[in-house]
Amino acid sequence: MSGHAAAQNRHHRLLLACLAPATVFFVAFWILPVVRLIALPAEKGWETYFLVLTDSRYMWSMINTVVLSLATTVVTLVIGGAVGVYLARRRFAGRQVLLSLLTAPLAFPGVIIGFFIILLGGRQGWFADLSSAVGMGRMTFAYGVIGLFLGYLYFSLPRAIASYTAAAEAMDGQLEEAARVLGASRWEITRDVWLPQLAPTTVACGAIVFATAMGAFGTAFTLASKFEVVPITIYNEFTNYANFALAASLSIALGLVTWAVLFLARLAGTTSSGA
Amino acid sequence: MHAQSQKPAPFLFLITCVVCLFMFVPVIISVMAGLVNNYRTGLKSGLTLRWLQEVWSVYGSTVSASVILALVCVACTLLLGVPCAYALARSRSRYARAFEEVLTLPVAVPGLATALALILAYGDINLLRQSFGFILIGHILFTLPFMVRTVSSAFQRPDLLAIEEAARTLGASFMQRFLGVLVPAVFPAILAGMLMVFTLSIGEFNLTWMLHTPLTRTLPVGLADSYASMRIEVGSAYTLIFILVILPILWLLQGVANWVQKRYGN
Repeated sequence: MSGHAAAQNRHHRLLLACLAPATVFFVAFWILPVVRLIALPAEKGWETYFLVLTDSRYMWSMINTVVLSLATTVVTLVIGGAVGVYLARRRFAGRQVLLSLLTAPLAFPGVIIGFFIILLGGRQGWFADLSSAVGMGRMTFAYGVIGLFLGYLYFSLPRAIASYTAAAEAMDGQLEEAARVLGASRWEITRDVWLPQLAPTTVACGAIVFATAMGAFGTAFTLASKFEVVPITIYNEFTNYANFALAASLSIALGLVTWAVLFLARLAGTTSSGA
Repeated sequence: MHAQSQKPAPFLFLITCVVCLFMFVPVIISVMAGLVNNYRTGLKSGLTLRWLQEVWSVYGSTVSASVILALVCVACTLLLGVPCAYALARSRSRYARAFEEVLTLPVAVPGLATALALILAYGDINLLRQSFGFILIGHILFTLPFMVRTVSSAFQRPDLLAIEEAARTLGASFMQRFLGVLVPAVFPAILAGMLMVFTLSIGEFNLTWMLHTPLTRTLPVGLADSYASMRIEVGSAYTLIFILVILPILWLLQGVANWVQKRYGN
């Protein structure tokens, strides 16, 4: 063996040694348990895998979750995009502080956000005070689909605002200037100049927002929501009914849907940046 | 660019104001509720620290447990993640890309599924199940990809290859090169990864709620418990404590990110 080949070989082994601890940990505590999780529903018969499609209760839970996550994603992208573009193009005192305050909720656990929604729209909430003051009784919105949607919006917006602000700061100002000189309206500038430049951010951020919404557990848990989403269904099946095979089957379905969306977004991301 | 961008944009301004209200009003209500004697009568009932004291006596242990857990998690992701990030940055093979992809799965797959898998596989080992180690494993799985990705992209800087080569030619051993040259060169990225892991670990609930036992409770688990069983003032005071723990770390994280950007301009 030549000296060069020996050095290559040694280098290769060093890289493997660097990789080894993380690999061992990951295989032992994620790959093996997940393989077991995937195999578990088979013990109860193959049809267990398809319960999310065949049992109307679980199917509705999944439809609820997907629709809620999609709605959250679309509204988050529109509002987050607007705020991001605005903050990127303004210079005012306290802008940096405002931006860091707006993104701070990224670190809040879902339970806190559920609590915030209860403070706003729960039985002792601010909205109930308001509605009783105008003589309409104590109205609540925290425990239904509106409360859940607002909670999801609350934990999704900071991510979108941060991404869009960074992306909009990097936008090419000359394109917009050219469009303006050529007589483009506000709406035309938004459609033909801003949206194409923000497209990669929209795809990447949309995927993360959707995936986070699909798996969100804490917010719905705190709200004890009447609108059932899959993470709550899984939790109930596992903890209250000890139905492990079913919980595993639903986890697989939830994981597959989430992962597939992320994967499609990655594909869309590479084609749009390659074009 | 900024000259023309200062034109008034009333619609965007309005949306931004509404979003700020939506994001800040609940925090303000919560902080107030944690500091007044009675939430229903509000400020008129007078300010007090007694709810904070009550939280501290009932849930104080969860605060220290969470901080220690997050610190240990940071240490573990450093030991596992930094060498792994280096190997992934230096390897051009398809397998390395695939491995990086698989390593990120615990972030893409809902935390509940990972927790369920861990309980099914290791829940019978009582020593593990009843210790904080079980929660720690979940947190490492969830945070490791963030450490690896952040540090790995820093290791890929082209100038580092040249520096590493120079150190090798001068006869530095691998350990000398790694700890003496490479790690200091990517230190800002490592610091950013550490702060990110710390924040994620301290706020993690989806996995932790499934993995915890009555004797192993973290801050978010305690929060969920207080919201369900304590009066609104106590829940608010507890939320205030969480915010006070997390905010300085977030600001530090932002400071580091800005500093890295200035220094490396990327």
